[in-house]
Amino acid sequence: MELISAYSVPCFIFIFIIYGFAKKTDIYASFTTGAKSGLESAFNIIPSLIGLMTAIYMFRESGCLELVTRAASPLTDLIHMPSDLVPLGLLRPVSGSASLAVVTDIFKNFGPDSPRGRIASIMMGSTETTFYTVAVYFGSAGIKNVRHTLFAALAADLTGILMSVFLVQFFGF
Amino acid sequence: MMNYIWGGMIIASLIVSVFTGRVEQTAAAAVSGAGEAVNLSISLLGIMCLWTGISKIGEDAGLIRVISKFLSPALKRLFPKLRRDSDAFGSVVMNIVANLLGMGNAATPLGISAVGKLKKLNGGKSSASNEMCMLVVLNTASLQLIPTTLISLRQNWGSASPGAVIPAIWICEICALAVGITMVKLLEKRF
Repeated sequence: MELISAYSVPCFIFIFIIYGFAKKTDIYASFTTGAKSGLESAFNIIPSLIGLMTAIYMFRESGCLELVTRAASPLTDLIHMPSDLVPLGLLRPVSGSASLAVVTDIFKNFGPDSPRGRIASIMMGSTETTFYTVAVYFGSAGIKNVRHTLFAALAADLTGILMSVFLVQFFGF
Repeated sequence: MMNYIWGGMIIASLIVSVFTGRVEQTAAAAVSGAGEAVNLSISLLGIMCLWTGISKIGEDAGLIRVISKFLSPALKRLFPKLRRDSDAFGSVVMNIVANLLGMGNAATPLGISAVGKLKKLNGGKSSASNEMCMLVVLNTASLQLIPTTLISLRQNWGSASPGAVIPAIWICEICALAVGITMVKLLEKRF
């Protein structure tokens, strides 16, 4: 397990560069072009991050978050989920920047290696912004009736959320 | 939807802060939240660019196409009605591989063109075909092998082992994917 987590990132980079060499790609030019597009997308999320982190910090400081977590605690206690993670579970399918902001808030308050930090990490890494994806893919092709897509996708999200809690609370990840 | 979530959170915070007597702290939180957002973006900037740069190398070298060849037999089972040599199936597989490799920039256009081609195969109807539902559900389940943004965020906040969550993320992804695929197959006859 430790081997996987320590070596996956370097292996990934190694394979890409070796493959680029093998195919005689102009790897440095490709890299800089790609990095430039990363710069653009990173800059593009700044406005929404500012808006959302402001809202989330206000939500925590005003005591609203505590009200929500206390209201949800009968349900979350049942599945051994720390109730601070409820906002993340609710926002994850809706907005990528909002969930990034919530994860940052959790890391800041509890640390990334705490049980809450680990659950938040796994939840964030194993689920996607479902509503956005469905809207982009079907919207651009002019599909109006999405049939069972949302239902199946949300069932998958719920599985990811529950599993991330169980893996940390019962299996020691 | 974001209008209501964002606006609602701020209005609720302001109203509740009056009752909890935390108006000042809430106002201060607004300022620090906005500042923190810029810090976060700046600290993630380098690593995001590094990854989009690395994945562009793979894209330009044709890595997506090669891995697609390996994966297409397995993926054929999820799309039984699509011909394996069809244009639509090619886009579907390439979209999924781009997702696996974390090439968000490449995956979205490939996915959109795949849905467009599937629509043509479906006679241009405005209702989603079974194949489209499967493709979009696969896209809403995170398939990314290395969650790069998350790992750099963990590193930023001083994690002793930023990559330690990767195995758990894979287990979680596989479970979510299994549920998603099963639900699509079960529900496609009912809708």
